Amino acid sequence: MKTFVCIKYVPDTSEAEVKVNAAGDGVDSSRFSFDINDADNYAVEESVLIKEARGGSVTVVSIGPKESEVMIRMALAKGCDDAIRIEDRRIAAHDPLLVAKVLAAAIRGGGEFDLVLTGCMAADDGQMATGVALAEELGVAHAAMVKKVEVLDGKVKAYRELEGGLMEVVEIKLPAVLTIQTGINEPRYAPIRGIREAQKKELRVAGLDDLGVDAGAVDAGASGIVLEKLYIPEVVSKAEVIEGEPEEKAAKLAAILVKGGLV
Amino acid sequence: MTLSELIKGGAFLLGPVDEKDVFTPEEFDDIHLMVKKTCADFVNNKVLPKVDEIETMAEGVAVALLREAGGLGLLSSDIPEEYGGDEADKITTMIITEAMIASGSFAASFGAHTGIGTLPIVFFGSEAQKNKYLPALATGEKVAAYALTEPEAGSDALNSKSKAVLSADGKYYILNGVKQFITNAAWADVIVTYAKIDGEKFTAFIVDADSEGITLDPEEKKMGIKGSSTRSIIFENVHVPVENMLWKEGKGHQVAFNILNIGRFKLGAACVGGGKRSIELSTDYALQRVQFNQPIAQFNIIKNKIAEMALKTYAMESLVYRIGGMIDEKLAEIKAGGAESSQIVEAIQEYAIECSIAKVYCSEALDNIVDEAVQIHGGYGYSQDYAVERAYRDSRINRIFEGTNEVNRMLIPGTLMRKALKGEVPFMEAVFGLAEELKKLKEVEAPTGCPAKEEFLLAKMKKLFLLAAGNAAQKFNEALVQEQEILCRLADMAMEIFAVESALLRAKKILAARGEAEARLPMMMAQCLANDMIPKMDAWAGEIIAGTLAGEAAAKVFGGLKLLTRYTPINTYTLKREIADACYAGKKYFLERR
Ligand SMILES: Cc1cc2nc3c(=O)[nH]c(=O)nc-3n(C[C@H](O)[C@H](O)[C@H](O)COP(=O)(O)OP(=O)(O)OC[C@H]3O[C@@H](n4cnc5c(N)ncnc54)[C@H](O)[C@@H]3O)c2cc1C
Repeated sequence: MKTFVCIKYVPDTSEAEVKVNAAGDGVDSSRFSFDINDADNYAVEESVLIKEARGGSVTVVSIGPKESEVMIRMALAKGCDDAIRIEDRRIAAHDPLLVAKVLAAAIRGGGEFDLVLTGCMAADDGQMATGVALAEELGVAHAAMVKKVEVLDGKVKAYRELEGGLMEVVEIKLPAVLTIQTGINEPRYAPIRGIREAQKKELRVAGLDDLGVDAGAVDAGASGIVLEKLYIPEVVSKAEVIEGEPEEKAAKLAAILVKGGLV
Repeated sequence: MTLSELIKGGAFLLGPVDEKDVFTPEEFDDIHLMVKKTCADFVNNKVLPKVDEIETMAEGVAVALLREAGGLGLLSSDIPEEYGGDEADKITTMIITEAMIASGSFAASFGAHTGIGTLPIVFFGSEAQKNKYLPALATGEKVAAYALTEPEAGSDALNSKSKAVLSADGKYYILNGVKQFITNAAWADVIVTYAKIDGEKFTAFIVDADSEGITLDPEEKKMGIKGSSTRSIIFENVHVPVENMLWKEGKGHQVAFNILNIGRFKLGAACVGGGKRSIELSTDYALQRVQFNQPIAQFNIIKNKIAEMALKTYAMESLVYRIGGMIDEKLAEIKAGGAESSQIVEAIQEYAIECSIAKVYCSEALDNIVDEAVQIHGGYGYSQDYAVERAYRDSRINRIFEGTNEVNRMLIPGTLMRKALKGEVPFMEAVFGLAEELKKLKEVEAPTGCPAKEEFLLAKMKKLFLLAAGNAAQKFNEALVQEQEILCRLADMAMEIFAVESALLRAKKILAARGEAEARLPMMMAQCLANDMIPKMDAWAGEIIAGTLAGEAAAKVFGGLKLLTRYTPINTYTLKREIADACYAGKKYFLERR
């Protein structure tokens, strides 16, 4: 099995209040620690489990800054074999279709592959689109929101989590893309020994030119989406104190509820 | 010149130190950051959910967690790879130690196992002993305890009443004795202990806990770290194979004192973790608790308390990682020369003063921090429903074990004087040069900018230390050991200097490497620490001089003291409010990147 796992470096927004940066087009990242996107962490674990069961290798692919290398090496410490970090300011990172184009180029550059795993959703932009778009780019089948994987010969059985607790089981011919749901496994922690070995594993840094991607095809000009602004909606809360005798108060309250269509 | 030639243990007291020569947490490499992440994952997901079970000593929980930590290599960062360990630098070991304090009880079990329990074998074991014991200690398959203390031998550890007598066939030492307050006693498989061969030669032994003749008293009913096991171990005609004698006959004291020394800077690292956690708990609570229609966080006196917690945590963190860096540097140097493991311990001994400073300064800083953490929580802080209640109780032991803070305080000037006598540090030369320097100081205009002002203050405080220590040494000579009040005050002065200096050097290093914006808060903290240091130092030095000299001699020295402690205080209120706000923004110690 030759597996690729795509991971994203995202801010931990549980830690501090989110503030928009001065330009209004991103969050003020100085306030946050960044780490692997939650769902991607499960994808990494699943890729290593598959490798442990079926042999082969796992390559990590990530678009991100130099600082994200600690996150990438963490995946290597858990058992992935090598990695490509793509950094190019020209990539329109807000557009999942274009991000998928870049990831696809990196994966195709790695030769034949059997399986590509991604997280089902990124915690920062929540598009849930990159993995699916990537399958389209690579011209292979996909299953999204996968909660269980069984690898068979030449195909995988993917258990997809649908609304209302319903499970759907699909069989997909390899090569394929699976977007992995959180909770599919219990992600391991990187042992010190793995951490040390990870420093020796190959981590290639590539720009669009190295991947043979025409920048004009994946930059802001190519995107159908213009990021206009980010803002934090004002919280509007209105409290009205109802005065009067108990009967009066009850009548007023009932009138408000009826008027608001709440009863 | 190498760093360790430049920076001898204790030498910081005698002259300026360059920020280039100190290690700071900002320089953690990728391995350090990754280990930190693994520790955080382990503690948050495995240890913290089990805290209540740990506290009630639920069967098997602590040992299972130790084994899980072992699986990740967290028990073996001091064990060489050839014995199944994952030996790393001391910075890594400190990062691990810092994380474990989230449960004080588990930290105690962890520390007794990885530190005092395992290290005697790492550093003093024979090849056969290392091969036999270390692989299982590395994974946690076997748990270690360290049994030094006895009913009549606490601080006076060498007053051991335990005896070892060679058996008639020469195959065993027959051990008799009682050991008191032994951490991990309930679940230990391996006990490193001490006894006097023939009642005379104090010697270390490795004892298998399942040997016949070993019994345990019931668990001690403790004030804190209630989930750690602390029991007396009774040896009654225990047959210890002769090959289990550790190190050399009659040389047990070398093992005992060196191991405690290493334990001390690790204890400092643990306290750093405790400080960070208290800030998280306290900021979170203060922001939620509303009184007089506003979160109590916004009251200035609460901000002041939070800022004090941050200042102390910053000082602790700066000083312990500085020591870790010094030791790593020294170890790299001697390991390159192919040193024996027992020589490695001696090398660490070079920094005995700094290790004692880490132990005392950090245990007292943390006690202060947890006390204020309870205070911020008000009545709820007194309730077991809140984590600060446990932190408050758990912190107290740190001032008692690994050498009481009194014993460690006395070691600080004591070691300095010994090094001076041996000519290792030019202490008396510095003292003799003082009169000239004080004369010069009269003409010097005090700088006003930051960090020039703080550097100037620090330089003066080092002179103040020399003034107090020099006069005491000259007056009392060898009898200075009897003047424990003076020794302890000298220790206070040395600790304060080391802490403030570490804080300032770190801020300067951040400024140089990362620019003004990032250095702003660290520099503010260094400013506050330097400012608040002066009146304390003034009082301590005054106390020492009054206890040393009288009449005209005293008056003359007090003149020097006045000159040295002259300064204009800064407005720390505004700085501390801003420091507190920075803690509130992320509900944490703001220099901590998770
Ligand atoms: C929870 C817990 C866990 C422990 N774990 C271990 C363990 O795993 N292994 C182990 O071997 N020990 C352990 N100990 C023992 C601990 O190291 C000792 O309690 C400590 O060394 C102090 O000894 P002591 O209690 O006999 O106090 P003492 O030595 O009697 O001291 C009492 C007081 O007198 C002061 N004092 C003593 N000597 C002097 C002096 N010369 N000058 C001035 N003041 C002095 C002390 O500073 C202290 O304030 C543990 C203790 C506790 C409470």
